[in-house]
Amino acid sequence: MIIKLVLLAGLAGAAVMLVRGRPTALNLLVRRALTLATIVAGAIAVLVPSLVTDVANALGVGRGTDLVLYLLCVAFLFVSIALYQRIAVLHDRQVEMARKHALLEAELRAARRSDA
Amino acid sequence: MTALSATPQACIVIPMYDEGAVIADVVLGALAGFARVVCVDDGSTDDCAEVAREAGADVVRHPVNLGQGAAIETGVRHALRDPAVTHVVTFDADGQHRVTDALLMVERAVRDDVQVVLGSRFLGTAASVPAGRRRVLRMATAFTRATTGLSLTDAHNGLRVLRRDAAEQLALRQHGMSHASEILERIARNGWSHVEHPVTIDYTDYSRAKGQKAYNALNILFDLAVGRMRHAA
Repeated sequence: MIIKLVLLAGLAGAAVMLVRGRPTALNLLVRRALTLATIVAGAIAVLVPSLVTDVANALGVGRGTDLVLYLLCVAFLFVSIALYQRIAVLHDRQVEMARKHALLEAELRAARRSDA
Repeated sequence: MTALSATPQACIVIPMYDEGAVIADVVLGALAGFARVVCVDDGSTDDCAEVAREAGADVVRHPVNLGQGAAIETGVRHALRDPAVTHVVTFDADGQHRVTDALLMVERAVRDDVQVVLGSRFLGTAASVPAGRRRVLRMATAFTRATTGLSLTDAHNGLRVLRRDAAEQLALRQHGMSHASEILERIARNGWSHVEHPVTIDYTDYSRAKGQKAYNALNILFDLAVGRMRHAA
């Protein structure tokens, strides 16, 4: 069953991404390439629906819709992890900026107090 | 012993979130033992910043709520702006710690010449620790031993003393409630000299209500596991 290998590899990739995901230029390129490939594949699937079933059968899946569902699940996982990591980076920055603001404000208050 | 090390200049750091009801007493108590008291208001919705300031504390206000770990880091950085400060003490805002314990811990840090002194409620009079809390803390202790190799009796005590050199390297990245474990991880990784000191926790209805839920330990586990794997990667 080729599909099992494909899906397990996808899930393993998601686990690796969760642990090692870094916003590198290569990762960005891979993400963009996958996005483009998904759009193209989607367009082909719309134009020639029978092709999806052919691919599904070749991979050992009964129906094309099942294959689409399986791939959607894995893709959703990747997108979720990518967003989670992106938000974590933004949160770190937000904390650092808010902290700088807080420390500056405290310094300002101390300076005013010593002037008065 | 030199005159300088004989008179440590400690600054007490109190992270607070909506603690207006108790913070005045806590600040006044702290000021009785320490000349420098820094309160970090973590985006509270009540007036605890004003209350703490009127009580005599130096208050730093987060413009939005960032989490207790973030508040401690902010307070430590603010405290270190004063070059005379030799030690930073972290202290909970809910009144469960005793200032006399904090003073003894600073004394201990100087006497034993260690970088970190950790408060332990299980070395002292442990009688008052609620049973449920005790179970969770025992698991946390076992977890700390397994993951960092540190052999401690109390893994999550908010009362700690950091010598200036350790405080300068702290740089907490767990902004929420996982900072306690992160501090222990820093101790293990940087090889900071440390010692535990017996302290008494005064469990009140107020501190119990403000305290963490036991299941939050699982969230902390998740934070640490992901953080550690990412760090190792």
